[in-house]
Amino acid sequence: MFSLKRQLDEIGVLGINRRNTEYTLKYNSRERYPLVDDKLQTKELAQKAGIAVPELYGVIETEYQVRRFPELIEPHEEFALKPSRGSGGNGILVVAGRSKNMYRKVDGSLLTGEEVGYHLSNIISGMYSLGGQPDKALIEYRVQFDPVFETISYQGVPDIRVIVFLGVPVMSMVRLPTRMSGDKANLHQGAIGAGIDMASGTTLTAVWRNTIISEHPDTGNPVTGVKIPNWQNLLKIASRCNALTGLGYIGVDLVLDKTKGPLILEMNARPGLNIQIANRSGLIPRLKLVEQHHTELANLDDRVDFSKHHFGGKR
Amino acid sequence: MTRRHLILLTLTLTLIGSIVFLYKALVLNFPLVPEVRSDIWEIEAHLSFVADNKPIKVSMNLPRNSRQFAIVNENFISRGYGVNVVAEDGRRKVHWSIRKARGTQNLYYRASVRRVDRDIPPKIPEGSSPEKPDIKGAYREASEALVSEAREKSADKDGIVIELLHRLNNPRPGDNAALLLGKKTSVQNKVDLSVQLLALAGIHARSVHGIRLEDQKRNSTIIHWLEIYDKKQWVSYDPITGRRGVPEDYLVWWRGMEPLFESQGAKNLAATVSVSRSEESAIQAVLETGEMKKPFLLDFSLFSLPIETQSVYHVILLLPVGVLLLVILRNVIGIRTFGTFMPVLIAMAFRETQLAWGLFLFTTLIALGLGIRLYLAHLKLLVVPRLAAILIIVIFLMAIFSILTHKLGLERGLSVALFPMVILTMTIERMSIVWEELGALDTLQQGAWSLVAALLAYVVMTLSYIEHLVFVFPELLFILLAGMLLLGRYAGIRLLELPRFKSLTKL
Repeated sequence: MFSLKRQLDEIGVLGINRRNTEYTLKYNSRERYPLVDDKLQTKELAQKAGIAVPELYGVIETEYQVRRFPELIEPHEEFALKPSRGSGGNGILVVAGRSKNMYRKVDGSLLTGEEVGYHLSNIISGMYSLGGQPDKALIEYRVQFDPVFETISYQGVPDIRVIVFLGVPVMSMVRLPTRMSGDKANLHQGAIGAGIDMASGTTLTAVWRNTIISEHPDTGNPVTGVKIPNWQNLLKIASRCNALTGLGYIGVDLVLDKTKGPLILEMNARPGLNIQIANRSGLIPRLKLVEQHHTELANLDDRVDFSKHHFGGKR
Repeated sequence: MTRRHLILLTLTLTLIGSIVFLYKALVLNFPLVPEVRSDIWEIEAHLSFVADNKPIKVSMNLPRNSRQFAIVNENFISRGYGVNVVAEDGRRKVHWSIRKARGTQNLYYRASVRRVDRDIPPKIPEGSSPEKPDIKGAYREASEALVSEAREKSADKDGIVIELLHRLNNPRPGDNAALLLGKKTSVQNKVDLSVQLLALAGIHARSVHGIRLEDQKRNSTIIHWLEIYDKKQWVSYDPITGRRGVPEDYLVWWRGMEPLFESQGAKNLAATVSVSRSEESAIQAVLETGEMKKPFLLDFSLFSLPIETQSVYHVILLLPVGVLLLVILRNVIGIRTFGTFMPVLIAMAFRETQLAWGLFLFTTLIALGLGIRLYLAHLKLLVVPRLAAILIIVIFLMAIFSILTHKLGLERGLSVALFPMVILTMTIERMSIVWEELGALDTLQQGAWSLVAALLAYVVMTLSYIEHLVFVFPELLFILLAGMLLLGRYAGIRLLELPRFKSLTKL
């Protein structure tokens, strides 16, 4: 047991305690949290800075608005419902189409208007929000993900998580939904996490339920060596998020839309640690390096280059 | 900066805690381990009578310090009465007086009695032989006959006493003894008579009255016995058996022929004496001796609180210990529990219900509640009303449990009411959400860990040693606080993170 701990320390694996005491508590000031905990605020912030986000169709805050929902959604065939302050991908409902008065989910099952209304009520009553606070439901554009992921994801939307520390993207992974994870892309719910080479944007090893895999368990297509398009651009967007939010250590979740390119989905001020498993390396050495050099990195390009140079191309 | 600040702060806290602790332990001699045997008794005499709007005087004999017992912390509770304690002729008496009183009156005398072992020189009686009692006629004849009879059959003072007591206690006493005793064959009368007879024989004797120091005696009876002066010391005799010596736990209340109390103007005067053993004996002793030395520290200790409040703090002070354990379990080991402090609160409830019952009741309640909650999920209720509904259901379940177990004669089941309902409700709600989101396996896992945490907290919080330490030395909380602050900056990998990241080592 102690030797295992020593080994992990040697690799520089970041644990919850160290993430909290030395990174989030130190670099993320509490008053900035609402900016990322509330997706509506994040969206507005990003839009102001000219960063693309999924288009917002509407916001539902009251039971009255829940009743008016069918009118509101009339013009849109497809959409996604999200709790504004949700966490871990809970409470997200993606509607992929309609049939008469019913709503069709991604997996093909149908929901009545009443069921969707109940889901909205649950969202605004705070069922999915941190601490059960009353919440808002966002209705937004349903992302049409880039064909590069078509063969290696099952139903849901694959997203790219980038850990950004002091303006430098330090580690990233792509999360691929599986049959097991439902339409969510959470690793502990059975999604695949594939580490990404920071320099080239190609996927490295993939981890599924703590085992290393090279093919998608549902589609059988290779998940390693996939080149993510628009990588440079993606890194730049992620890199800007520190300055945007005033938070020093964040996880930025992006999606690649077929037509709109990289979109910011949300940010997280307490990003998870599984990204280390997907990349098969520890975060601490990278974070230490950034801590030492970040003052020397004057602009966006410097920071992205620093990331590509130091955190890419090793394996 | 923060690091130095933190270290300084924890050092200061630890220092304050340890200094006060060491001072109390080493200088004031506060006991470090809970006492098994208690040496302190609380005694109380309660006089009640009816007053008739007339002046009233009541006097009562009071116990004195003796070789075995010290009387400490005396107080008199008597609203509106003048209280006067006088010591005369080797006796102590309290005089209560009031000019006018009406209705039922209650006077209390309370004191703590501590067992001591000290050397008080016995009071030497005046004169080589006692005053001859004033007895006349046939009584005199009978007395002298009895004494000479006893003297003839014995070799020393001891023998005379035994012979006399034997004659007085004979179920068929001789003519002389029968005459002297008359119809008054109470123990007190026999003792008083023995004193007179022994005086005739030239032996110093006195009657002694006291109580037995027993655990929780609400209505103690006054015991009477005899003391004679023999070989330069007073020796006790049991007036019934005639045996030399009386048990060690006999407390002398007063000596002589007088009754316990005398009164003027009081009607239906009755006295009850009660005895109880005091719990924190050694501490009481420290507090009493310390009262003169260090008033400040003790004035502001938990012992200055009323007994009831103290017992609340007995429990409250255990909470930080349980919480420390929880912090270690969560942040160092890394187990996940439902609710931050839920396991500690459940452990507190276990303390009241006993472990096995507690576990049974808790798991049953949670299981039933969870079942109903999962059913409620179908009704699609809003969050707050749903929580309120679960709360009501939990209360129902608890009531049903209590009634059922009561009917079955299992009184323990009644203790279900001690579980914190709101905590149960929130636990059920959280479990059901985890159930819906992550599935039954995760829920049961977290539930099991919560129970393990509660169990451990229960074990720690029921150690009488720990309970004693935190209550007597609450300053240890400073050290606990320092430890908590340090844990707040603990950056090491949690124990349960090891298997999670294990795959990283196989590169």
